Amino acid sequence: MSLAKTKHIDQPTVLYMDGVSVSFDGFKALNSLSLFIEPGEMRAIIGPNGAGKTTMMDVITGKTRPDEGTILFNDEHDLTRFDEAQVANMGVGRKFQKPSVIESLTVFENLEMSLKGGRSVWQALTHKLTSAKQDKIDEILSMIDLKDRLYEDAGSLSHGQKQWLEIGMLLGQEPELLLIDEPAAGMTDEETMKTAELFKELSKKHSLMVVEHDMDFIEALDCRVTVLHEGSVLAEGSLANVKNNQQVIEVYLGR
Amino acid sequence: MLSVIQRTVLLFACVMYPVVAGADASPEKPNTALHAIAQELIDAGFREKQALTERLTTIEDPNTLKFMQVMVDGDLYYRKDDRVIVINGDDAITSFFTGKEVVLKSKRDIKKISVNNKLRIVLRGGIARLQVFSDDPEQRMQAAVNLLKSADDLDPETLEQALNTEKNTDVNEVLLLVKGIRLLDADNEAQRLEGISLLSGSLYPDVRGALANFQRSAEADGRTTELQAVNEAIEKIESLLTLNSVAENLYFGLALGAVLLLAAIGLAITFGVMGVINMAHGEMIMLGAYTTYVVQQLMPDHIGMSLVVAIPAAFLVSGLVGIAIERGVIRHLYGRPLETLLATFGISLVLQQAVRSVFSPLNREVATPDWMAGTFMINPALELTFNRLYIIIFSLLVLALLALVLKRTLFGLQMRAVTMNRPMASSMGIRTGWVDALTFGLGSGIAGIAGVALSQLTNVGPNMGQAYIIDSFMVVVFGGVGNLWGTLVGAMSLGVVNKLLEPWAGAVVAKILVLIFIILFIQKRPRGLFALKGRAADMG
Amino acid sequence: MKQEIKGGPLTRLIMNDVAGRRMMAIILAIAVIVPFCNLMFPEGSAFHVSTYTMTLLGKYLCYALLAVAVDLIWGYCGILSLGHGAFFALGGYAMGMYLMRQIGDRGVYANPELPDFMVFLNWTELPWYWYGFDQFWFAMVMVLAAPGILAFVFGALAFRSRVTGVYLSIITQALTYALLLAFFRNDMGFGGNNGLTDFKDILGFDLQADSTRAALFFASGIALILGYLISRFIVTSKLGRVLVAIRDSESRARFLGYRVEWYKLFVFVVSAMLAGVAGALYVPQVGIINPGEFAPINSIEMIIWVAVGGRGTLFGAVIGAVLVNYAKTYFTGAFAELWLFMLGGLFVLTTLYLPKGVVGLWAQIKDKFFSSGGGGQSGKPATDNAEGKI
Repeated sequence: MSLAKTKHIDQPTVLYMDGVSVSFDGFKALNSLSLFIEPGEMRAIIGPNGAGKTTMMDVITGKTRPDEGTILFNDEHDLTRFDEAQVANMGVGRKFQKPSVIESLTVFENLEMSLKGGRSVWQALTHKLTSAKQDKIDEILSMIDLKDRLYEDAGSLSHGQKQWLEIGMLLGQEPELLLIDEPAAGMTDEETMKTAELFKELSKKHSLMVVEHDMDFIEALDCRVTVLHEGSVLAEGSLANVKNNQQVIEVYLGR
Repeated sequence: MLSVIQRTVLLFACVMYPVVAGADASPEKPNTALHAIAQELIDAGFREKQALTERLTTIEDPNTLKFMQVMVDGDLYYRKDDRVIVINGDDAITSFFTGKEVVLKSKRDIKKISVNNKLRIVLRGGIARLQVFSDDPEQRMQAAVNLLKSADDLDPETLEQALNTEKNTDVNEVLLLVKGIRLLDADNEAQRLEGISLLSGSLYPDVRGALANFQRSAEADGRTTELQAVNEAIEKIESLLTLNSVAENLYFGLALGAVLLLAAIGLAITFGVMGVINMAHGEMIMLGAYTTYVVQQLMPDHIGMSLVVAIPAAFLVSGLVGIAIERGVIRHLYGRPLETLLATFGISLVLQQAVRSVFSPLNREVATPDWMAGTFMINPALELTFNRLYIIIFSLLVLALLALVLKRTLFGLQMRAVTMNRPMASSMGIRTGWVDALTFGLGSGIAGIAGVALSQLTNVGPNMGQAYIIDSFMVVVFGGVGNLWGTLVGAMSLGVVNKLLEPWAGAVVAKILVLIFIILFIQKRPRGLFALKGRAADMG
Repeated sequence: MKQEIKGGPLTRLIMNDVAGRRMMAIILAIAVIVPFCNLMFPEGSAFHVSTYTMTLLGKYLCYALLAVAVDLIWGYCGILSLGHGAFFALGGYAMGMYLMRQIGDRGVYANPELPDFMVFLNWTELPWYWYGFDQFWFAMVMVLAAPGILAFVFGALAFRSRVTGVYLSIITQALTYALLLAFFRNDMGFGGNNGLTDFKDILGFDLQADSTRAALFFASGIALILGYLISRFIVTSKLGRVLVAIRDSESRARFLGYRVEWYKLFVFVVSAMLAGVAGALYVPQVGIINPGEFAPINSIEMIIWVAVGGRGTLFGAVIGAVLVNYAKTYFTGAFAELWLFMLGGLFVLTTLYLPKGVVGLWAQIKDKFFSSGGGGQSGKPATDNAEGKI
């Protein structure tokens, strides 16, 4: 693979970012960001507001083109060359901070839409609900606890339920890598813990990148933590490690 | 053939009259040489007139020039009963020497002092000579330009003399052209070639005509050297003329750009700053134009002042209507741009029909004040109208004023605050509702001002707004939303491109091409020329 | 509860759509009864429908089809096209060109080859783009192809570069405006200002004959039903749900892996073709097509039909088109001055107070007065989406 040659490390990665920079009107949102995630890894990303977390997600998912830098998916796809839909179909799923479900479709229809495959116009026009697909939906439903609201408009769900539905839609896509933006925002403590459990379960099959502010949640995730600051990586390691990092303390507490 | 007796009488009269005139000198019959000749002319036959006229041209009298001009125009008359010299002008008959109006019982009371072609030549030569040596440079210029039409009026010696004495370079240039035209008729080739070289590159239509005539005769006679020279000279003139027409179209383009700018500035606020699509924007312009019309009806004797009064009036009328629309309708539709578009379109229909019902479906006449009329001359082939210049300046003034309001006033600050972060602005005590209403009023008011300007260029009718709505949107979208500088560049470049394309493609095709260009442009840069990038852009 | 009856596509189409089923039955009945009454009962009979009325109703049917086309993209995919009149007009021109060629040597100048206006312009031969329009089948292909190709090219450009929302609306308006200017030109070869008119016959049948009018009326009714079914098929498929997803949250659809631009393009082209068919049926009934059909105001009026009827419900679009146009016929006849006030007011009132149109209003009324118990679950307003987005 010629693309792999552009990598500076040898081990296999599901996501590899090297020297990625983005600027908006002179403001550097990402400043030579380098970061990699191994297959099956769960990674938490923290950082103060404006550290570039959302921009990083935008760059990975093809929403924003970086000014420079390399982004590889599974060591073979150069993600900077594809748009959102193509990146999604390669196996990168993204959950937004604000729950983003299709409010005027039912829970069922939302999930049905998310199921892997059948993305072309013609396939969509001639789509039929097979029993395999029905089973998959049932499986997801049991994970996200929305069975009894199956035929209600997604718009009528509570905030937390919408978050869960969106996670369910992400699962329907069967992505290799999940990018999750502040899943615990607006959730009750109980829901937060349940979500953390779910993610740990998911990390057995998928790679995850979770952006979060909630330290309890990150503690519950029990995974490697990367701290972003001003568009690049400030520190990386276990949560306990990172917490004791002098630079991190400065950034979070102010000097 | 006159009889001997008649001649004698005439001679007698000639000798006698100065005496008679001197005897009872009056303002109408001054005791001057000019008056004496005038009296002689009354009775003279054409042959005598010739001699008299030649003498006339040499008389040093402030009235001589005027006398000859009136005479050559055929307006010189005398009153039969007392031989007072009068001018039979277009609207009145006046005494030549006093300028007072002369009341007649019958048209037959006066008689013309007639002239023939021979006399006219003498007179024109005399006039030309007098003028080219006049003390007034403007008059000398006028004389020189007139000579381009008939270079033969002035004899070569006088022309040389004039060239030698003339200090004013502009006049001198034109006199050289006169010489050039004369030389085209010279007998030897060297002189004719010199004439051509003198004329090369001049933009006066008469020069071009003379060269074209020369070209024909040179071609007919097979004088190749001269033909080549004259061809080159004409080519040079033509390339200069092309340059001229480009310059003229550029000027028209800037003027159109100014109109677009005026129309679009208001939209740049309502759409660019507030994100509100106001399809009734064109009708705000229309209201401004109708306000101008009403103001003129109210002060018919002060058309010159009416525009000055109309500007604030139009701003108020359109601005208040804008505020009413914002409070009544748009306020309820924030965040739903497409619904806003439809609702405001409905309002535009209502406003059009209202104007149709109140005034009439027909176009209204809006007068142009004198100070707006007129032209200024860049060179002999390029004259530009003042009204366009005023509109260009005016549009830039409005833009500058608006930029000042946005940057330097409290209202501007609040407006920007509300645009950037509504909840934050609200929590800081800014009454966002009022800021919205006033912002919309400001945008609409400026559209009203645009209407005042447009009333001077186009017809004022109920549909006039519609013609501008698409164009204004194009300007804002092309320039980049939320960016006044972009609006300026967008308006000017669209105006200029449109006018530069026009002579080549025709007005309609030019407009279509511009529309297609913008459609393609939006494909490439959906956020316009001066786009906001990053998070701010995502909000739009 | 929105659970639907499962089954084949046809079941899905017909059985789950009670309102649509009733409406189609009514249209079918009208399409049969009106021509029947026109032809079978003599003038003066109580059952006689005048040719004038039939033509008027035929116009409404064409408008209704057009409204379905507009609703398909606006109601379901959120594309507010302010230039759909262009597709309608192009379909109309394609039909008009066929009808023009049918005149043959019966024109004023009796030229067997060239239409009158070309003779008038001193043209000596037919422009290349008029070739083939003497064949009915070719004209019918062009009725679909001309709007379809324009929509494809325009849509491909616009959707791929992600021109959305009001920007898209404005450039669609610019598109129809540009075409308006172009078709006004004589040297375009479409009759300039006067357009195409003075048609004689269609497929050999006299256009002035009542029987031809009746057949055209019937065809319009059938076209409307077919257009409705096609649209219904699209919006009830998974594709329809993707369209709704694009309407509600375009970026979510993209991140789910759907190539939004292709979906938009597909539905835009289908909609343009439906509009073209509507135009093609409209022209022989009114007897003229001119550049005025490209006027931006026409395109915006179509939007208000859909808005009044109920955006996002196909049968609502049909109802809206008929209601508004009936009102227009009535008021422009009785109080011409008032009509624009009313139309303008309609725009404002519908957007402010009837975001779901009369269909939504009816649902609300039904909810209030006919549901058992009242309040509770059934109180869910029909307008939740529109209001929720403020």
